[in-house]
Amino acid sequence: MRIIRLAWRQTWRDLAAGEIRLMLMALVLAVMAVTAVGLITDRAESGLQQEANRLLGGDAGLRADTPINPDVAASAKKLKLDVAETAGFPSMVQAGESVSLADIRAIDSRYPLRGEFRIRRENKTAIENVQGGPVAGTVWLSEDAARKLKVATGQRIGVGDVSLVYTATMIQEPDAALDYFNVAPRVFIALDDLSKTGLVQNGSRIQYRLVVSGKKSDVQGFIASTKKNLQRGQRLETSDDARPEVRSALERAGRFLGLAALVSLILAAVAVALAARRHSARHLDGSAVMRCLGASQSTIAGLQLGELFFLGLVGSAIGITLAWLLQMAVGVWLSSAMGVALPQPGMQPVFAGFAIGFTVLIAFAVPPILALRKVPALRVLRRDVPLTEPSAWVVGLLGLAGLGGLLWWKADSATLASIILGGIGITAAVLAGIAWLLLRWLKKVRQGLRGPWRYGLANLSRHEGMTLAQVSALGLGLMALLLLTFVRTDLLSRWQQTMPADAPNRFVINVQSDQLDGVKKFIDNEGLKNVQLFPMVRARLQEVNGKKVTGADYEAAGMRAQRLAEREFNLSSVAAFGEDNKLVAGKYWSANHSGDREMSVEEGFASSLSWKIGDVVSFDIAGQTLTAKITSLRKVEWESFKPNFFVVISPGGLENYSASYISAMHVPEGKISVMDNLVREYPNLSVIDVGAVLKQVRSTIEQVSRVVESVFYFSLLAGLLVLLAAVQASQDDRMREAGVMRVLGASKKQLRLAQATEFASLGLLSGLVASISASVIASLISEQVFNLPWTFNWPLIAYGVIGGSSLALLAGLWATRKVTQVPPMETLRAL
Amino acid sequence: MANAINVSNLGKVVRLPTSELRILQDVSFQINQGQTLAIVGASGSGKSTLLSLMAGLDTPSEGHVEILDVNLSSLDEDGRAKLRGDKVGFVFQSFQLLPALTAIENVMLPLELRGDANPQAAARDILQRVGLGERLEHYPRQLSGGEQQRVAIARAFVVQPSVLFADEPTGNLDTETGRAIVDLLFELNQTSGTTLVVVTHDEKLAARCSKILRLAEGRLLQ
Repeated sequence: MRIIRLAWRQTWRDLAAGEIRLMLMALVLAVMAVTAVGLITDRAESGLQQEANRLLGGDAGLRADTPINPDVAASAKKLKLDVAETAGFPSMVQAGESVSLADIRAIDSRYPLRGEFRIRRENKTAIENVQGGPVAGTVWLSEDAARKLKVATGQRIGVGDVSLVYTATMIQEPDAALDYFNVAPRVFIALDDLSKTGLVQNGSRIQYRLVVSGKKSDVQGFIASTKKNLQRGQRLETSDDARPEVRSALERAGRFLGLAALVSLILAAVAVALAARRHSARHLDGSAVMRCLGASQSTIAGLQLGELFFLGLVGSAIGITLAWLLQMAVGVWLSSAMGVALPQPGMQPVFAGFAIGFTVLIAFAVPPILALRKVPALRVLRRDVPLTEPSAWVVGLLGLAGLGGLLWWKADSATLASIILGGIGITAAVLAGIAWLLLRWLKKVRQGLRGPWRYGLANLSRHEGMTLAQVSALGLGLMALLLLTFVRTDLLSRWQQTMPADAPNRFVINVQSDQLDGVKKFIDNEGLKNVQLFPMVRARLQEVNGKKVTGADYEAAGMRAQRLAEREFNLSSVAAFGEDNKLVAGKYWSANHSGDREMSVEEGFASSLSWKIGDVVSFDIAGQTLTAKITSLRKVEWESFKPNFFVVISPGGLENYSASYISAMHVPEGKISVMDNLVREYPNLSVIDVGAVLKQVRSTIEQVSRVVESVFYFSLLAGLLVLLAAVQASQDDRMREAGVMRVLGASKKQLRLAQATEFASLGLLSGLVASISASVIASLISEQVFNLPWTFNWPLIAYGVIGGSSLALLAGLWATRKVTQVPPMETLRAL
Repeated sequence: MANAINVSNLGKVVRLPTSELRILQDVSFQINQGQTLAIVGASGSGKSTLLSLMAGLDTPSEGHVEILDVNLSSLDEDGRAKLRGDKVGFVFQSFQLLPALTAIENVMLPLELRGDANPQAAARDILQRVGLGERLEHYPRQLSGGEQQRVAIARAFVVQPSVLFADEPTGNLDTETGRAIVDLLFELNQTSGTTLVVVTHDEKLAARCSKILRLAEGRLLQ
């Protein structure tokens, strides 16, 4: 009790005297950086999750080809979930003389539960965001449906037995991106009108959907219970069903946010480690005096640890409070940038803030501070008494273990944590090694230098231990920031490539073999570029390596495998693959391939069905069998928006099967009517407008990019502050020496030049090693964690080196500015 | 009168890379309670080493020291610290005040370490006695050298030590301030009956002590 009271008093006294302010500041910054990134990430992630859910129209859904049992809705409501229902089916609709096949969607008054419909009402130009479908007796049409039926709002549309008034035009559906192969124009009616249409009969091809939304845990409960009771013809939909390009953008953004949190963690550790070193150095004499005054080793240890505990408590609390305020401000901005109301963050990052504050203190501050208890009392008489330094091994291992634990906890990805931790260990070792060699070299070089230059470099080699620690710390901090910069640059440029301005916005399907030449000619005449036609044959899996297979054989492999084995899917054939296909195993066929039929499979598809190179697979194509051997596996960049296929057969392999052709093309805004001409010339063709989907995917990716950018800049700022604090943490010796130099008559210019030499060399050294390490780690992370191809980025390395030295220079000159502004005696007395 | 300090056959040897350096050898003497002792000698004569061994800040290579009949060699580092806390006070040439503590907090520190219930009153009282009643809340850097030494003397006497060691207490002060500090030291010593051991170069200060030991090259001059 006495020790705790004493420690409490010492904490306040040290705070009042400014002794531990730097340590407190480092801790506050550390906790603030990690917590704020955590809180913002938490909010951005839930925002992004909402965005993903918007594509579903809810947090989860159940799709069925028969009416969904009302018990499902009842049990969802029991879980306090909101429930909405829709039904969809193809049918003919009529407007005056015009008749067209349409995709009818019957919607209740609550759908969508996430996101909104964007519609333009009768006689209005403004676009409205609404929830709930048309009221009974009315109908909404998609733009192409209105065009096809040649109707204006106010006119009547016949849907089955009922006649409904066209009151609004659908501009955008939140869930349009779910499946864009719905060929026909869309007609939206009220769910209440569905039975009146008389179109619901036995054998009707109706897809029923029930979506739910609510608290995450409740939704999980719904998913779990529905999964258990899933019946034939029913399928669960989660955000994983969103379009692959959106999903991968969201996943990568999530991983990036995780990386940003890790980077802030490393910076925090660096700052606290350096501040603790200084703290311990400043408390050496005090501890010796206390030993002299009769304090036992345990008293000193208790006092120091107690002070550290109170410091941790106060520092973490301030850090968390600041982080909370900051995330509120950033949240407002992010919310408007993303165009969604961000949910409030959870409490988890707050508790994490305390845990991080204390773990960082224990791992980095306890060893040097506990070493204080071993200070010999004799130091009060003789300052040259050797001190017991904590073992470098203990400090290093404890620090690495602490950081490792935190990384493991925060990373979510073992690969990410291992790469970063390994990277840190190696970087620290390399930094210390190179710094040591350089110091040896500097000792020789400085003989040939004069004046302040020599003094600056002499300073570096004289405080060898401190220089090594500082180069390592500064280097690690810079490395972390550069790593984030590298990955972010990769990620953003990748996203930009993903959505080029000329991404295909129209798909043309159902082109028959005898129409191929005519369609190609038409496209050429209209000046549409890079248009390729792919054959498409519907096939069903029949045999693998001579053994008949059905969905039941894949029961153990999961729902996806089972579905793939049961359903029909498209086979295609190409001579050569485009850039959006990357070979991951086996070998592609040559462009003029002849001989045995080969096939190339998308790697995810192959792994779901446990297919490997060399397997012989047979498909049933309208009663005929097609057999081919797997000779290559590909990774497909679905983001390309070009037609891509899970299974592709070697050239000529589909010749004897009846195929239709598909093509994707970018049709400029002014040329949209060209597509109408194409359909007029070939009435059997269907043109699918994926422009809206493209727009939605693009806007999602833009939002995700904004999140990544804002978290990146925030981490960068927090990181710079932490590094500034770190450089400042080791100024005492420099201030003392500079004070002495002032006494000896050094001019302001000489002093500043000496300091500038020292700091710039320190920064140059750290920056160089940090840039190289960051490049190597970024290459590993890009390829292993983000699945991005990586190219060496020389300019960024140069920025790292220049940035590192400038940062160290500015921070160092700032920290020692006082020495030339106040009388030397004041500088010396203050230490 | 009982012995306050008993030093017998004390020696200190420091091992150098190629040889041994004998800093102190065969030093023996006794001081009674309440006596004042000056240890004088040139720089490097072993004065400070002798003081550090007598105060238990360092361990001897040979011989032993008894303070109030307790053999310091029989105690471990923490045991010696406890003895210092209970019975011994210090005044140093470089004051050794804690920069983060105000004057009164510096004086309260030994009482707090001992667990005294009301350290503030005693500290205030003694700071008033040394003439710093108006500067209780000042930090060491805000005090002159003489004032800092007064705080150090107050800190030494506040625990009412049986033995007080002073290492060159006027070494960092000008003559005038030095004299005032010495007056204060002896005045407090007299009123509290403490045994005072002073290491000094200053013959005038030595002359005020009841006993003088002269050291040269680590040996006592008779």
